[in-house]
Amino acid sequence: MWYLCVFYHRLLDYRRPEVESLAELFSGPGSGESVEWRMPENHHADSPFHLVRLPGDERLAAQVANRSLLVKGIYELWGHGTTYEELEKSVREYPDERKLPFLTPDSTFKIVVDSFGKVISSQEQNEIMQSLTYIPFKGRVNLKKPDHRFFVMETDDYGSNNGLPPVAKRTIFFGREVGAADRHLLPTYQLKSRKYIGPTAMDAEMAFLMANQGLARPGKLVYDPFVGTGSILVAAAHFGAMTMGADIDIRVVRDGRGPDCNVWSNFEQYKLPEPLGLLRADNNLPPWRPGLKEMFDAIICDPPYGVRAGGRKSGGRKIIKGVKGPYTVPDEKRDNHIPSTAPYSLAECVHDLLHLAARMLVMGGRLVFFYPVLRGEDGADSRVASPQFPEHPCFKLIASCEQILSYRYSRVLLTMVKVAPYTEEIERVAEERHREFRENHQKWMEEGNLHSAVFEPAQDAKPDRELKPKYRGKYV
Amino acid sequence: MRLLTHNMLASNVRGATTGYPLKLEAAKWVTKEVDLNADFIRGLLPKIDWRALVAATRALGLPELLPEEQPPEEEIFAEGAADVEGSAIRRIHHALLEIHVQEGSLVCPDTSRCFPIDKGIPNMMLHEDEV
Repeated sequence: MWYLCVFYHRLLDYRRPEVESLAELFSGPGSGESVEWRMPENHHADSPFHLVRLPGDERLAAQVANRSLLVKGIYELWGHGTTYEELEKSVREYPDERKLPFLTPDSTFKIVVDSFGKVISSQEQNEIMQSLTYIPFKGRVNLKKPDHRFFVMETDDYGSNNGLPPVAKRTIFFGREVGAADRHLLPTYQLKSRKYIGPTAMDAEMAFLMANQGLARPGKLVYDPFVGTGSILVAAAHFGAMTMGADIDIRVVRDGRGPDCNVWSNFEQYKLPEPLGLLRADNNLPPWRPGLKEMFDAIICDPPYGVRAGGRKSGGRKIIKGVKGPYTVPDEKRDNHIPSTAPYSLAECVHDLLHLAARMLVMGGRLVFFYPVLRGEDGADSRVASPQFPEHPCFKLIASCEQILSYRYSRVLLTMVKVAPYTEEIERVAEERHREFRENHQKWMEEGNLHSAVFEPAQDAKPDRELKPKYRGKYV
Repeated sequence: MRLLTHNMLASNVRGATTGYPLKLEAAKWVTKEVDLNADFIRGLLPKIDWRALVAATRALGLPELLPEEQPPEEEIFAEGAADVEGSAIRRIHHALLEIHVQEGSLVCPDTSRCFPIDKGIPNMMLHEDEV
């Protein structure tokens, strides 16, 4: 069935993939792909109003909307038009057998007048509600807990200077709400009230979106190889998944900031089941036993790519005066020895991550991770327009969602599905592809290059404001 | 560190052939209740190395917890077994997920390299001369 899907006007790239992932989560494999989209007539692709066809019945639509973060509401569309007269005609034409069951005398209802890009005064709102007399509402009004919620939503040609996507023509929608996002999660989980956070803790909204892309749910095991303070696993655990994490920095996973402020306490704070396992390990030399594979249902992570925090791996060597040749740790110092580490380039890190995921994910399992992208000289999306993302023969890329972090660079959330089993043959092909990828992208992925591209001072003065197009979409 | 994690880990120290199974030496361990999810156990069980799991429970001084051989799946996942005190699925769940080793070490069977477990976190990092 087709629905009107209204999004929050934020994280534009993330909106459709989230709905598709949730359809897959609630309706089984293949459902995500069967989701269809259309834009209402005359609407810009960034408009919050989308038409979506979801598999299954209304229950699925409600589940998708209620679990999502970016869906303001999914509605059964009763009518739409460019004027209130057209709306009336359209609603009258909508079949009675679809309408009457929700208008019965024993039910309660509420009408909400909403708008996008314009303000409707409460007097006008009242007038709009009064004008709906052509809909035979028989039930009683209940503003607090109505059985059915009806929405009148209006968007208008509001000029072009307010940073919103342009609207060619005024549109009015009337629909019955089927489900809506529960964004109350966000104040509960916001980082500023979390006990233990680090400089690169994932913000709560993004972590939930990642958990949704990873199809986190009860009975599934989610792994984060760069767990840090556990901010991604907290989101996965909220959705009922079992979690496991590793980090190379033992101070972060073991000690935190004391006995009441560490990764465990973050789970305790939200009354979530604690991770099944936390360990200190190097993603470059994973300590998994031989033969172990297909262990995790999802790997969700934010790898260190050297802009805010650089990656480290085993193998550095302390240079000690007078010592020549390979350093050996003296036996008496072995117990509390802190091994030195070497820089871990993005290319190597991503390669290890894909390798790990190919081996350790179940078939159909998901790898969800952020990947940095440099933006063109003019601040536009030259690289994003023709993106070159890492590939692996075991994986199919199903979503890439850009989040712009600065004028210079973005991060793209990649969602990949494991479509082929891991074999030695596949691993050989993967090595080849990786070498090719590395040759083409070596320069900017090398240690420090990304960091300097993001932070080096600009060559010329600030870009001319006049030259900026009026609606820049996500490219603000 | 839960025994599930122990079951997944191996030593990748230079010179180790398989580095598995790691010998568990627990100085301190506790039990923490975890909600039983039969589907989760069902998905997990085929990936568990039963012998290593049994060895780990014995190392903790729990010889009675698990039998030498893995019980047949139809017994483990029998209808209602999850609600029966002491049933196979309960014991497996308990062994894998509820036993939490706080302090101790994991010893590589090939090289005797000792990986410390401190505050519940196994430290699998290698020293620079072991990579």
